[in-house]
Amino acid sequence: MSSEMYEHMRANPKFQRLVTKRGRFAWTLAFIVLAMFYGFVLVVAFKPALLGRPIRQGSMVTIGVAVEFFMFIFFWVLTAVYVRRANGEFDELTQEIVKDAWKENK
Amino acid sequence: MVRLTRLGSMLGLLAATTLAHAGPALDGIQEKQPTNWHAILMFCLFVALTMGITYWASKRTKSTADFYTAGGGITGFQNGLAIAGDYMSAATLLGLSAMVYGQGYDGYIYLLAFFAGWPIILFLMAERLRNLGRFTFSDITAYRLEQGSVRTMAAISSLTVVCFYLLAQMVGAGQLIKLLFGLEYKIAIFVVGILMMFYVIFGGMVATTWVQIIKACMLLFGGTLVAVLAMSQFGFSYHNLVERATAVHKLGPKLMYPGSLLADPVTAISLGLGLMFGTAGLPHILMRFFTVTNAKEARKSVLYASGFVSYFFNIIFLLGLTGIIIVGQNGAFFEGGKVGGKLIGGGNMVAMHLAKAVGGNLLLGFLAAVAFATILAVVSGLAMAGASAISHDLYSRVIMKGKASETTEIKVSRVATICLGFIAIFLGILFEKQNIAFMVGLAFGVAAAANFPVLILSMYWKGLTTRGALWGGYGGLFSAVIFVLLSKSVWVDVIGKKAALFPYTQPALFAMPIAFLLAFIFSKLDGSDRAKAEIEAFEDQYVRGQTGFGASTATKH
Repeated sequence: MSSEMYEHMRANPKFQRLVTKRGRFAWTLAFIVLAMFYGFVLVVAFKPALLGRPIRQGSMVTIGVAVEFFMFIFFWVLTAVYVRRANGEFDELTQEIVKDAWKENK
Repeated sequence: MVRLTRLGSMLGLLAATTLAHAGPALDGIQEKQPTNWHAILMFCLFVALTMGITYWASKRTKSTADFYTAGGGITGFQNGLAIAGDYMSAATLLGLSAMVYGQGYDGYIYLLAFFAGWPIILFLMAERLRNLGRFTFSDITAYRLEQGSVRTMAAISSLTVVCFYLLAQMVGAGQLIKLLFGLEYKIAIFVVGILMMFYVIFGGMVATTWVQIIKACMLLFGGTLVAVLAMSQFGFSYHNLVERATAVHKLGPKLMYPGSLLADPVTAISLGLGLMFGTAGLPHILMRFFTVTNAKEARKSVLYASGFVSYFFNIIFLLGLTGIIIVGQNGAFFEGGKVGGKLIGGGNMVAMHLAKAVGGNLLLGFLAAVAFATILAVVSGLAMAGASAISHDLYSRVIMKGKASETTEIKVSRVATICLGFIAIFLGILFEKQNIAFMVGLAFGVAAAANFPVLILSMYWKGLTTRGALWGGYGGLFSAVIFVLLSKSVWVDVIGKKAALFPYTQPALFAMPIAFLLAFIFSKLDGSDRAKAEIEAFEDQYVRGQTGFGASTATKH
């Protein structure tokens, strides 16, 4: 029974749309996080002095602290962006796919 | 390198105790402190509250689903707090604030490295974990592969991770409690072991989760309070704080520069991989994804968890920085009253001294109680994960081939918890004086190299077969263990040889590719009929992973 349902869903063009869209979205966000984080690690490894400079003359805030603080917030914002879209748009699409499959299965 | 070695152990509680800032691990933190009644009183309140919850939970724990996953009825917000609680251990509070105190900016880099894995877990894993898993992550790896052998493999690596992590926590707990509460080491170990068994046996996952939630709230509250009180001494000005900290710290302006911490790129990247993917392979963290109602709540859990973790890590940075002036310039916190000498209780006591300096004995007692509660909550989660691997994977699925009744399965997991508890107590006492710093590193290494590759391949790669999974899983397990054994942390520090045979302390960068490669090669070489059927079965698994149709649902109460 389940297997037939899965068959219907797979055949549904909406399923392909869901998978492609969500996959692209998730991997893009993951790539941004990985690139920023490992890029930062490389700067730490090869150009550490850069991170110790103040963001402007006379400030006690260094570039390194500012960049990291930004990443702490930005990465969290990205999770919020993903959850918003996945729990809204993508979940609605998923429900449609399941509903369609039930109909076809009758 | 020295500091990197230290990081491996930062991962767990034992960092808090074994890593006195210089010299042999257990150096100078052995002396028992006077009995701290504030702390003991507040801890007793915590125990009374959690015991009440355990009693309530025991009445709701009837089916296996109740026992393993709290009936799948935990909300995203609650689970987010629980996950954050698993992640904000005593090691992060004590070890990382001490690191900021000693190394400044380097500590902040660590904090980010700890955090950065969470968004990745959300984007690539959370949803499929929830949609495919039921009680343990082996449910996912064994979904379309041969149950017996694949589950045995997954259970063995789960138990390896759990045992090493548990032992590390127990030894760390004993020493920390001795220090903070003035209790005997053996008594402390027994208290932790017995309470842990009590929570898990009677309350199952419901109690384990609530203990973690309460502790997470206490930790967030305590940490914030100390940070606010400390910052008030600087007029809440970061500028003011850093100006004064760099003026008095021995590193001077270099305090806010990256130090030698990540100077070696190989270790830095290996470490980053180990932290990121080790987290994604820890059985007691993965288990939390099965306690929520559906994929929607699973995603929300990560959103809340990463919000709390991100917030708390920045608080820790402030604790470390303010500690430089408030603790570091006050002779009362140094042995013999000599500023710049040795901190009373060892290098990891900065956050505790800070609490005392800004809030007196009452706040110190509260924070000490929170640290104790933290250990208890983490070991309970570990025991829960270990017990499920034994009862659900090994007993119910491998030995009884799915024919065990729910009642006997729960009975087996209770017996397994008792066994794990006594093993943990026994080994904890046996290893009191041993240098076990490598154990947490080993746990993360095995999680990243044995659990994670097979898990992610089983979710994403159609071509994975039983043979590939077994080779990848065992290959990752053995290579991670061997790399750690031959590295400095065991070969030199424990066995006492002169030079390490494996030059890096972090196994992930090397062991992970071995696991992936073996899984790939042996899946490709597997031309059996079974392999063909397994590859075919991926299609249905894929649809379920994407849509959640057929996923196990919450049980009604």
